[in-house]
Amino acid sequence: MSLRTVFAGLLCLGVIIALGWAVLERPMPEENLPERVAEAMPESGVEHPITAVLLNFRSYDTLLEIAVLLLAVVVALALREAQPDRPEQMGLDNPLLRAVMAWLLPLILVVAGFLLWAGSYQPGGAFQAGAVLAAAGVLLRLAGVTTAWLDNATLMRAGLALGLLTFLGIGLLVMLPGVPFLTYPAEHAGALILLIELTLTLSIGLTLISLFRLTPPYADDPDDARRQETPKP
Amino acid sequence: MSGAISGYMVFAWSGVLLFGLGLFGFIAHRHLLRRLLAFNIMGSGAFLVLVGLAQDGRGVDPVPHAMVITGIVVAVASTALALVVFRRWYRASGRTDLPEDT
Repeated sequence: MSLRTVFAGLLCLGVIIALGWAVLERPMPEENLPERVAEAMPESGVEHPITAVLLNFRSYDTLLEIAVLLLAVVVALALREAQPDRPEQMGLDNPLLRAVMAWLLPLILVVAGFLLWAGSYQPGGAFQAGAVLAAAGVLLRLAGVTTAWLDNATLMRAGLALGLLTFLGIGLLVMLPGVPFLTYPAEHAGALILLIELTLTLSIGLTLISLFRLTPPYADDPDDARRQETPKP
Repeated sequence: MSGAISGYMVFAWSGVLLFGLGLFGFIAHRHLLRRLLAFNIMGSGAFLVLVGLAQDGRGVDPVPHAMVITGIVVAVASTALALVVFRRWYRASGRTDLPEDT
């Protein structure tokens, strides 16, 4: 056991004790947030408190979050390998996976749609639906299915930015009658939130799929990479 | 102090333990992938503490829950971005750790 490990162990033990003490001795928050959320629920346009907080009361957080996602995928696009991903050559050669995918894909899409819709009255929403969509994309990629529309750079970028642009656009549009940024009118809040969530789902799904596809599974060995870069005689 | 061992607090205590465990892994390991995993464990610990404490006394507080789901999505994206950067680093240098660590 090196000195570094011992030091790290002691430090982490200290951190655990300090954190545990902080959890035990935490002060009761003066603001009764659950009550305030419950009071404001009728104006939120949705029936589930978490969705109301995410997309209405604190929609600024969610707006910045989708901006962070876009930023991550833009940086990953800038750092990607020069060679394009070729699913038909690099997918798993597994007939079972392909056959199961034909059955699973419609089911996955239905589940994603249900989660999106369910978000307004029970746990669910854009993030869960987007993650399920992304799972479908990853499975398709693993099965070696070519998806031409995913390789269309313009369409892909439009899809990646769609969520943030719609969110920003709606946030600005509601300012027209003179209310602050992202303050939806109570009578249209439900429809606006659903529209935002729909585009967020698409963008989140595409973001996760792109992040997965930006690292084609070959040439990780630096020596292989150098050999590939030298032109073949 | 009475709520120290009630049901929901299990999440908060597990979160505290996970955070410490992740911090240990983050310091003790030099391999970048292990560090990324350790960092994610620390993050999960923080999320668990937030979710656990949000169920204290006056009913479930939806605000920390919404923050945690935001955090999870950001953590997934940053983990994927870190993996892309690591692979570029490995292809460029052939190393799985950072030179300052050795």
